[in-house]
Amino acid sequence: MRISEKWLREWVNPDATTDELAHQLIMSGTELDGIEPVASAFTNVVVGQIKTIEQHPDADRLRVCQVDVGTQELLQIVTNASVEAEQKVPVAMIGAQLPESDGKIFKIKKSKLRGVLSQGMFCGSETLGMGEANEGLLEVPTDAELGADLRQLLDLNDVVLDLDSTPNRADLLSVSGVAREVGVIMQSPVNEIKVPATDIKINDTIPVKISCDDLCQHFTGRIIRDVNTKAETPHWMKEKLRRMDVRSLSPVIDVTNYVMLELGQPLHAYDFDKLEGGIDVRNAQEGEKLTLLDGKELTLRADTMVIADDKKALSLAGIMGGLDSSVTNETSNIYIESAFFVPEKLMGKARSYGMHTDGSHRFERGVSLDLQVKGLERATQLIIEICGGKAGPITDIATRDDLTKREAIYYERSRTKRHLGIEVDDTRIEDIMTRLGCQVDVVDGGWMILPPVFRFDFATPEDIVEEIARIYGYDNIPAVLRPMEPLISIRPEAQVREESLQNVLVQRGYQEAITYSFVPPEIESLLTAGAEQIKLSNPISEELSVMRSTLWSGLIPALDKNVKRQQNRVRLFESGLSFQQSEEGLPEQRKKLAGAITGSLYPEQWGKDAKKVDFYDLKGDVEALLAEASGQKFEFVPVEHATLHPGQSAKIMLADRQVGLCGALHPALEKKLNLDQQVFVFELDLGFMNEKKLPKYSGLSAYPSTRRDLALLISRDISYNETYKVLKDLKINELVDNFVFDVYEGENVDFGQKSLALGLIFQDFSRTLAEEEITTHVDRIVATLKSELGAVLRKT
Amino acid sequence: MEQLTELMEQAESQLNGASTLAELDEVRVHYLGKKGLITGQLKQLGKLPPEERKGAGQEINKAKQSLSSAIDARKLVLEEEALNERLQTEKLDISLPGRNMDTGSLHPVTRTAKRIEEIFMQLGFGVEVGPEIEDDYHNFTALNIPDHHPSRASHDTFYFDDGTLLRTHTSPVQIRTMENKEPPLRIIAPGRVYRCDSDVTHSPMFHQVEGLMVDKDVTFADLKGILEAFFKAFFEVDDLPTRFRPHYFPFTEPSAETDIQCVLCSGEGCKVCGNTGWIEVMGCGMVNPEVFRHVGIDPDVYTGFAFGFGIDRLAMLRYGIDDLRKLFDNDVRFLKQFR
Repeated sequence: MRISEKWLREWVNPDATTDELAHQLIMSGTELDGIEPVASAFTNVVVGQIKTIEQHPDADRLRVCQVDVGTQELLQIVTNASVEAEQKVPVAMIGAQLPESDGKIFKIKKSKLRGVLSQGMFCGSETLGMGEANEGLLEVPTDAELGADLRQLLDLNDVVLDLDSTPNRADLLSVSGVAREVGVIMQSPVNEIKVPATDIKINDTIPVKISCDDLCQHFTGRIIRDVNTKAETPHWMKEKLRRMDVRSLSPVIDVTNYVMLELGQPLHAYDFDKLEGGIDVRNAQEGEKLTLLDGKELTLRADTMVIADDKKALSLAGIMGGLDSSVTNETSNIYIESAFFVPEKLMGKARSYGMHTDGSHRFERGVSLDLQVKGLERATQLIIEICGGKAGPITDIATRDDLTKREAIYYERSRTKRHLGIEVDDTRIEDIMTRLGCQVDVVDGGWMILPPVFRFDFATPEDIVEEIARIYGYDNIPAVLRPMEPLISIRPEAQVREESLQNVLVQRGYQEAITYSFVPPEIESLLTAGAEQIKLSNPISEELSVMRSTLWSGLIPALDKNVKRQQNRVRLFESGLSFQQSEEGLPEQRKKLAGAITGSLYPEQWGKDAKKVDFYDLKGDVEALLAEASGQKFEFVPVEHATLHPGQSAKIMLADRQVGLCGALHPALEKKLNLDQQVFVFELDLGFMNEKKLPKYSGLSAYPSTRRDLALLISRDISYNETYKVLKDLKINELVDNFVFDVYEGENVDFGQKSLALGLIFQDFSRTLAEEEITTHVDRIVATLKSELGAVLRKT
Repeated sequence: MEQLTELMEQAESQLNGASTLAELDEVRVHYLGKKGLITGQLKQLGKLPPEERKGAGQEINKAKQSLSSAIDARKLVLEEEALNERLQTEKLDISLPGRNMDTGSLHPVTRTAKRIEEIFMQLGFGVEVGPEIEDDYHNFTALNIPDHHPSRASHDTFYFDDGTLLRTHTSPVQIRTMENKEPPLRIIAPGRVYRCDSDVTHSPMFHQVEGLMVDKDVTFADLKGILEAFFKAFFEVDDLPTRFRPHYFPFTEPSAETDIQCVLCSGEGCKVCGNTGWIEVMGCGMVNPEVFRHVGIDPDVYTGFAFGFGIDRLAMLRYGIDDLRKLFDNDVRFLKQFR
């Protein structure tokens, strides 16, 4: 809430500068969003009165005014503002300084405007830092003395503290509440205002009934007759309201707003002559209509409370008044309501209708139960002062007679040390509690503490710990780096760590990306062949409206965006959750690691060919990741997947479980996504590859190994995997290693055939192998490859 | 003997004239080889009168030795010249870049999260994770935030049709941890969180670290001690001032917001800290007994503290990133700066 420092100091006036005051508030838990002057630092602006107005001889939009500023001679001022004779206006005198918003200072000089002498300037609200450009000239009190200095007259050497109190502190939403808080934290006396009971001049009342007593526990109201609603709100009140950002509307409404700001009790005034019968505080009927003050017509739900008369709903209780029963300048008899609505019951109601008002803000957080009558009396007093009128007796309906009664809390002395780690003197604790408005009784082992009625956040011993800490000062609690029992969080060595996987990719030239977990539905559809999507009910935009089921949904567009920014070699990876609908409970949320690459294999450089990445480069990266799960046997199996090129894609299997996918994006998909370059992607489910085998030592052979190379011609449709299996199934113990060192198709190899060069390593653990033994093995291998796969030795 | 002197002169001039090791070897063979001219002189000793043989033999051997060492010396010179020439021809432009694959980089947020984890792990905190699509209970109710509570409004929650939601903070992880593990507990939980808010300073997705310590004697003074130590370690500023301001969170009491002195202007006041000299970095407090009751921990036996702060914000402060949105734009020119 914004609060004028001057107004606050009428209530509590500690011997402290504005900055000290602000600092104390901040350090006791009230945030300060800023300190703003109530007007700019202008000088030499006085009250003047326009005596005559003549048209400027040479300019249609200018007029020449003779202005009385309390001196003997009239000033001549040329203006383009709309002014009337006898109007009182702020006049910047020659020599006046007017700061502008950019920090420059505009100085008023004697000048000629289109040839006519001008000896000053009329000031608009905006020019003086007191309002907006569209507000025109600043309004000057009609009773202001001519020549009076405007700063002094309006008491403008004031600032507004823009306070942001926490939602538990409903008691800080008024000047009196902030004053009480300042009184406690700065140990300064608070001047409560006296609100004497109004003289009752009439006996009129209307019956009041509370039908929904779980929502409204206290309702007070009274009639005031013969109110002059055409009266002018006094300038001091207008000015205070302005400083608190409340617009002056009409005297009765201004008074209700003023009392709300001053005491914290929201009030509502009705045109009494529009009421039919008595008041009923009840739930709305489902579908009941009500047009509010702001002109909006609501269709009400039955969970909403209204203030009604015998015939109709009058206002949305605690939120906003209705238009039909509102006070206008035709009104002469009014009914004022001052009530208490139960915060928990009102919470969320305004928001459910898309509303938020000063009243609902306060009622939702809690308006003190001792304020209803006080607020009503204060408003009555001010209305009669300004508009006249005769007040009737107060109708005061409470649903219980112990509404203001609070439960005392037992506070054990040892709690302070237990929660805060410090000892605080008994006298200090008693002083803090007393200043906060508590009643404190010493009992065995501690105190019984009775919190004040206005503190809704004060009900448990922890609430008391908090208050002690807050007032004692968090700064006065030492920071202790305590000795701690060692707690070793063991990381199993056989666990594959995400960090290691990330490092593999970083070493292989990948940049880590972080994309949003919500993605465009079209991309999800394309990548998942129209699988069911998890949609947000209230997305920021359609673009960010479904949860990704694959990290590719974010990575591929991110990669493409970089390509379109002239980066033609891009390698991105991301790790994070992917989301899938599940049968019951929360959706399945699995940790995935995905990558997408495009462009040349190496960054362009002088010593390497500019080779484009292909499937095998991607597979090499994936294999490097899988190698982190050492000892596990992963298999790459051809796969049909809507996203991937059917001839260049694989699923990665660990036993029967699919760990992931890799491959080239399907050319048709690349076209649909409007990608400029061929893209290769992989995705691994980290939950399925989180274990590895610990290394286990095996002995080394002391005998030499022998290598034999085979050059085979074989059908291109036979995969390397099949060749590998044939070798494996032969179970030749002495064949300790085998590998491909060349694959070739083209010239000198028949169409449909490929040349495959295998390296075979033979070794034994107990002896050097004889030449004939090796030859026997090789012959067997060649023969089996021929019989099983039709492979023949290539003639050299 | 005149012949020997002549031969020696001849040989010396030839070996000096030899410009390659091969030429030098020819000289050696020509004079000192089996059929060499000087070797030949020795062979002719027999023709001399016996009394002259000894003297002549000594002369020839002396000459032979002297020529041999001259050849060796010359050989050294020629070898050095040859090596120098090789080195000269093999000289490379070492200023050309090496062949490279170009290493990538971790995202600055990940990098920051790892740094945070590392510091807390030294204090015995373990790392926990939890789901990002959460239920209302773990995100709100168990944290003492009832339905329609005004503090819910500030959460700007993303909902799904079935009433589940995207977690608005990492605090549900402390609930899930306390549901599954017995105190004493020391954990942190870094991760993604979501709020329905997007402008220059807000991203609908961002990162938080939640922290929780529960034991029989944990106090607010410990909370201050551990977190002050953390921020000093994180920013590597030994005397980094921090301040704890009272605040309100439903799940902690007492609660605090923590400011650190602005690390960019050292408290002088700058654009980043809004000229206050302070930067708000964290919310924290003593675990509210209501929260303990929800997870079945006895608040009369245990106390604890919890805290939460933004990883993105720390990353921005640490690396001088001035625009939150840059973090999630994934521009490789940006990402490559965090090697």
